[in-house]
Amino acid sequence: MRWRAEPRALIWAAVFVAAVLIALNLGALGAVVWRAERGAALGAADWAAARFTVIQALMSAVLSVLLAVPVARALARRRFWGRGVLIVLMGAPFILPVLTAIVGLLAVFGRNGLFNDLTGLLGLPPIRIYGMHGVVIAHVFFNLPLSVRLILQSWARIPAEHQRLGAALGFGAVARFRHIEAPMLARVVPGALAVVFLICLTSFAVALTLGGGPRATTLELAIYQAFRFDFDLGRAALLALLQAAIGATALVLLAQFTLPDGAVSGLDRTAPAPPGGMARWLDGVSITLAALFLLVPLALVVARGAPHVWGLPAPVWLALGQSLKIAALSVVLLAVMTAALTLAGLQRRWPEGLGMAALVASPMVIGTGLFIVIHPVADPTGWATAVTALVNAAMALPFALRAVLPAARRAEADFARLSVALGLGWRAHLRLVLWPRLRRPAGFALGLGAALSLGDLGVIVLFAQTGGETLPMQVQRLMGAYRTGDAAGAALLLLVVALAGFVVLERLIGGKNADV
Amino acid sequence: MLTFDDVQIIQDDFRLSAGFAVAQGARVAILGPSGAGKSTLVGAIAGFVPIARGAIRWGETQIDRLPPAKRPLSILFQDNNLLPHLSVFDNVALGVNPNLRLSQDQRGTVMQALEDTGLLGLEARKPGQLSGGQISRAALARVLLRARPLLVLDEPFSALGPALKSEMLDLVARIAGQNGAAVLMITHDPADARHLCPQTVVVADGQVLPPAPTEGLLADPPPALAAYLGHA
Repeated sequence: MRWRAEPRALIWAAVFVAAVLIALNLGALGAVVWRAERGAALGAADWAAARFTVIQALMSAVLSVLLAVPVARALARRRFWGRGVLIVLMGAPFILPVLTAIVGLLAVFGRNGLFNDLTGLLGLPPIRIYGMHGVVIAHVFFNLPLSVRLILQSWARIPAEHQRLGAALGFGAVARFRHIEAPMLARVVPGALAVVFLICLTSFAVALTLGGGPRATTLELAIYQAFRFDFDLGRAALLALLQAAIGATALVLLAQFTLPDGAVSGLDRTAPAPPGGMARWLDGVSITLAALFLLVPLALVVARGAPHVWGLPAPVWLALGQSLKIAALSVVLLAVMTAALTLAGLQRRWPEGLGMAALVASPMVIGTGLFIVIHPVADPTGWATAVTALVNAAMALPFALRAVLPAARRAEADFARLSVALGLGWRAHLRLVLWPRLRRPAGFALGLGAALSLGDLGVIVLFAQTGGETLPMQVQRLMGAYRTGDAAGAALLLLVVALAGFVVLERLIGGKNADV
Repeated sequence: MLTFDDVQIIQDDFRLSAGFAVAQGARVAILGPSGAGKSTLVGAIAGFVPIARGAIRWGETQIDRLPPAKRPLSILFQDNNLLPHLSVFDNVALGVNPNLRLSQDQRGTVMQALEDTGLLGLEARKPGQLSGGQISRAALARVLLRARPLLVLDEPFSALGPALKSEMLDLVARIAGQNGAAVLMITHDPADARHLCPQTVVVADGQVLPPAPTEGLLADPPPALAAYLGHA
């Protein structure tokens, strides 16, 4: 209900942000369509890219969620030393730069990696990480933890009474699964699958580093290649259209499922004693394997990178400066967008929808569109910083809104009447009621935005020229040049910077005990 | 005097008609089954629920179009009467200046209100560090400061135990007396009505019945109230 008139400026700000977002998504696509009319056609390789995009996303989603179920169950019902830390770590891949993870995964699964050393000892043939394998492994690395968190949360929400009822009725493993766990999984799994599928659909950096070639190219990568190597705008445009169509279809499909909530709460309620025997053994194996899979690559980045950090070549440090510049601008843009849409979203639904739509937006499509628009009037390389910051902010916006908007609505539901009854004006309401309630989620959101921007290897590759590279671009370049030591050093630097960016902003904005 | 002049409230398919008056300084309980519209009625007085017909007047002035803060009343909600991130002092001071820019004199009056409600020494605490009774006192200290001629209570003490609740009702009586304010109090407990309010209005079946003496009403309740109270 409206008890307070919104200031006009706020409505205009929200409309402006909405217009920018719509222009960014639809306008870029429009520009691309406009260019696509010049008799370009898609070849067999392009259709193969479309097929690969969908198939790898499907495989990544199914594997991530399938593997997440036993891990989530083990985490839900066991209590052990380090469990809390492990659950927190499950949230870390969100802010982990893709390139850092890839350097780590290569150290484990690469040609001379630990894994092949092990299989070699057992007399097995080595595995090749490049191609479909590698792309899916990397996606599972990022999305297994996400799926675990989503499912764990659902598990923790099973009322303790149900568990006790099951124990009282003497349920065995089968009955427990059928009557208690399966119905819960049926609710959460489709949403988790959809989320992972969507995330993997616009995969670029992973495909760029681990995929490639005719059999492992995603559409995003194909757009980049058509653009950068062939400068075939028409074909890039058609590919962009294809990517947009797949994204839109996925979004329509996704709308059928309820997305699981992001927050993890109530994880420490006591349920009846967990089953022993086989189950105990299975849980132990699940947790150990998951922890090894997630931690060993990162440990290797740290161990191998640390000796090289100080000796990193000058271009890497320059790239760090460029990355920081882009991230700073991106965080400012993200703050403006989040603030405008959150305040407008207190009484409306559309800002949320707009935020969600950005989930399936393709950075390469947006980048291509902007390039086409800017190209006739200015040198696109001069716009690299602004465009990258803007696209990074738009990509982080769905997550920021999911953190801030529900908190804002709750604050409004709890305190709007009080504030109106006491006669607080808009400024006083913002300063005394909303901001203190929102600074913590806002700190989280902007910290996330900084980490995502610092770690992003995406639209920048369309625009950046030599000298304008970001840190992730330099890591990729060092990897490509087989300078593994320096690559690990730069990957470690990237990890440290992204983590620091997250922590600093979260503390700075979120405050120490803002919520009390 | 608060007057409901042929008022009708319509929310979807819910309708509530009210035509009654509350005298200056009167203390009136609002009783009735849950869902009958007690909170809706109070919302209309405080400015959170629009009325479809009629007029609500304070004296000669029509108040039903005024924004909530401009109406001659203070309201206490069921919960969330204090902002959890502000100190007790600031929460009370909101009643003096909603922007929290206070002169030295105003700070003095806030401290005085805190002293009057027995909260001296607790002014720096956050609501999370207070007991239920202290939270109620802080909200009442603000009511005392705002000194409006009508005090509307939407069951703010329903979570307190019987002894504490009766203590709070006494404090309400004292503050209302100090401010010369009328009291309108929603309750579901006849004992509360007896304790504080010589008069009671019954809300039932889409109607607000005019105030009647509480004792007589409880001794010989009309059918709707009898059903709610569990009398045969």
